[in-house]
Amino acid sequence: MQSILWRVPWLRSAVLLVPPLAWFLLIYVTSLALLLITAFWTIDTFTTQIVQVWNLDNFRTILTEPAYRLIIGRTVGLAALVTVTDAVLAFPFAYFMARVASRRTQTILFAAVLLPLWASYLARVYSWILILNHSGILNWSLQSIGLPPANIGYTYTAMWIVFSYIWLPFMIIPTYAALERVPETLLEAAADLGAPRWRAVLDVVMPLALPGVIAGSIFTFSLTLGDYITPILVGGAGSIFIGNVIQTNVGIANNLPFAAALSTVPVAIMALYLLGAKRLGAFEAL
Amino acid sequence: MRSTEGPAVWVRLGTLAAAALIAITGCGSNATTGGSTAAPPPTYNIKPPTTIGPGEGALSLIDWPGYVDRTNWQTPSVASFEQQTGCKISVKDAQTSDEMVSLMKGGGGGQYDMVSASGDADLRLIYGGDVKPMNTDLIPDYKYFQTYFKAPGYNTISGIHYGISLQWGPNTLLYNTNKFPTAPTSWSVIYDPANTGLVTVPDNAIQIADAALYLSKSKPSLGITDPYELTQKQFDATVALLHQQRPLIKKYWASEGEEITLFQNKDVFVGAAWPYQTIQLKLAGGPFADTIPAAEGATGWGDTWMLATNAKHPNCAYLWTAWVSTPQVQAEQALSFGETPVNTKACAEMEKLSAGSCAQYHADAPGSYFDTIKFWKTPIATCADGSQNCIPYAKWLDAWTTITA
Repeated sequence: MQSILWRVPWLRSAVLLVPPLAWFLLIYVTSLALLLITAFWTIDTFTTQIVQVWNLDNFRTILTEPAYRLIIGRTVGLAALVTVTDAVLAFPFAYFMARVASRRTQTILFAAVLLPLWASYLARVYSWILILNHSGILNWSLQSIGLPPANIGYTYTAMWIVFSYIWLPFMIIPTYAALERVPETLLEAAADLGAPRWRAVLDVVMPLALPGVIAGSIFTFSLTLGDYITPILVGGAGSIFIGNVIQTNVGIANNLPFAAALSTVPVAIMALYLLGAKRLGAFEAL
Repeated sequence: MRSTEGPAVWVRLGTLAAAALIAITGCGSNATTGGSTAAPPPTYNIKPPTTIGPGEGALSLIDWPGYVDRTNWQTPSVASFEQQTGCKISVKDAQTSDEMVSLMKGGGGGQYDMVSASGDADLRLIYGGDVKPMNTDLIPDYKYFQTYFKAPGYNTISGIHYGISLQWGPNTLLYNTNKFPTAPTSWSVIYDPANTGLVTVPDNAIQIADAALYLSKSKPSLGITDPYELTQKQFDATVALLHQQRPLIKKYWASEGEEITLFQNKDVFVGAAWPYQTIQLKLAGGPFADTIPAAEGATGWGDTWMLATNAKHPNCAYLWTAWVSTPQVQAEQALSFGETPVNTKACAEMEKLSAGSCAQYHADAPGSYFDTIKFWKTPIATCADGSQNCIPYAKWLDAWTTITA
């Protein structure tokens, strides 16, 4: 057996590749294809049984119904806002970690960034509810220093804060990785040519670190885009995301075709986003 | 050679695809919009058993959270049922009626044996062929049931019982007594702009019926008589009211626990609730009370244990239904969940557990009382007069999405 594999080299790679490839095609690609097909079906609205009649009604509803445009716009808008927020927060932090901090501080900071990921996602979101709700820690603190309460529990602001908090590590790590790869010699060269430190950061470090930031933004953007738990827990009236509509259509209304049609929206958005990210060289930074 | 052939093939394929797309678009949908109840339910001729055989050793239930209560029920306990019958129970909690319907369809191959469905889900399950007729003779306590719940319209069609009634309750108005020292006498408080940002209502399309009930009294010109049978004009007015209500809503609650948290943290002060939330809030201590506003009355739910068409453990299912219908279990469940038993014999048991609870929960109510509660039922296209002018549930779901979006 071993000698056959030795004599026929392509057989070796075939044996190695077939199981993962079969898995990928059968489980992953097939299920996506089925999802796409289902999107063109419809349901009997009374019994919610799937009716296999080809039509584009689901897509027409998504495009023409203002409520869905609003939900898609809200989801994409907040995902973009969270991404920008995380990029702004992560860059100085990652810069400090990669280029300023001592080895020891670096390790501590790394642990601090990764530590929240050890706790359950739900526990972290719930802790924010306790902070932000009407009689929560935030309002309690504000009142004890004589300020009026900030009623941001169950609002967009709450969702923005929680999302930005939860996905921040996913932005810091790739930005850090990109920053660490910038050779010190380039900065020295910039200094030799008379550039002050801030100028060097702006013109040398930033462009070189950009692919890392874009790579991080893929995480923050796609994770926010696909989330449906945070909107349920910390969102108020009128805060549902694409994911929530998909969830209600699958789990509650039993309208699989519509859910399938709607789920092609984030897929399309991410495809465009990844194309843009590829152009900016994000994949070389990963 | 290949390079010249290549593009031609792709062009042809592209044309084909475009043609197919045009065909799809042109064809449109001619699928049934549903709601027709002209034909009898698919399972109407399945004859239920006449005796209960030995238990199959297992029972898989879909329930409202807390309905199969292992921790609160003392005597008799769920464990004692399992010991007596050998039917090991596994439970799947559902948060909404729609989820129950969805689970029953998803588990249609016999994954689940029974579901404790509410009236707004029943017709969908019955006409979807997901549940089958049950024999009331096999439930010894059936003869003691309140007359209304022996054959309520939401689970009995043409004299065939598609399940055994369990418990019922009203949808109450829950409020913070610091904000409202006297009990509100009308549901108008949850539509009053004075309470902007202080209100919560269930994130559930059947909530449209609550608004319709309010309009039936506050705007008699609309002529709403049944909040589940709305013509287009009545439906539009109701949806418009709910759009106006939207800025008042702090949050549409999805689970009982969520509403309790909202009230405890003073994020909301008034809202639509179930008696369960009031009981839990009062247990935890706090300025909370609930009421059924006299001006409009209330909507309510009636729950039914229904037997899945492909149930793998029908004997255990009948044993379970008989067991939950006994006065003791009915009383235990009523007091732990804050709802009312359908078995009239449960009244005495409730008094034993908590004096005065029988009257408090209306477990001894006369038949006329049930006219003031509009029990949940699936809205269908067929109106009471037989016309097809009423708005079916699917439209309710669509409208609810636009209201809460």
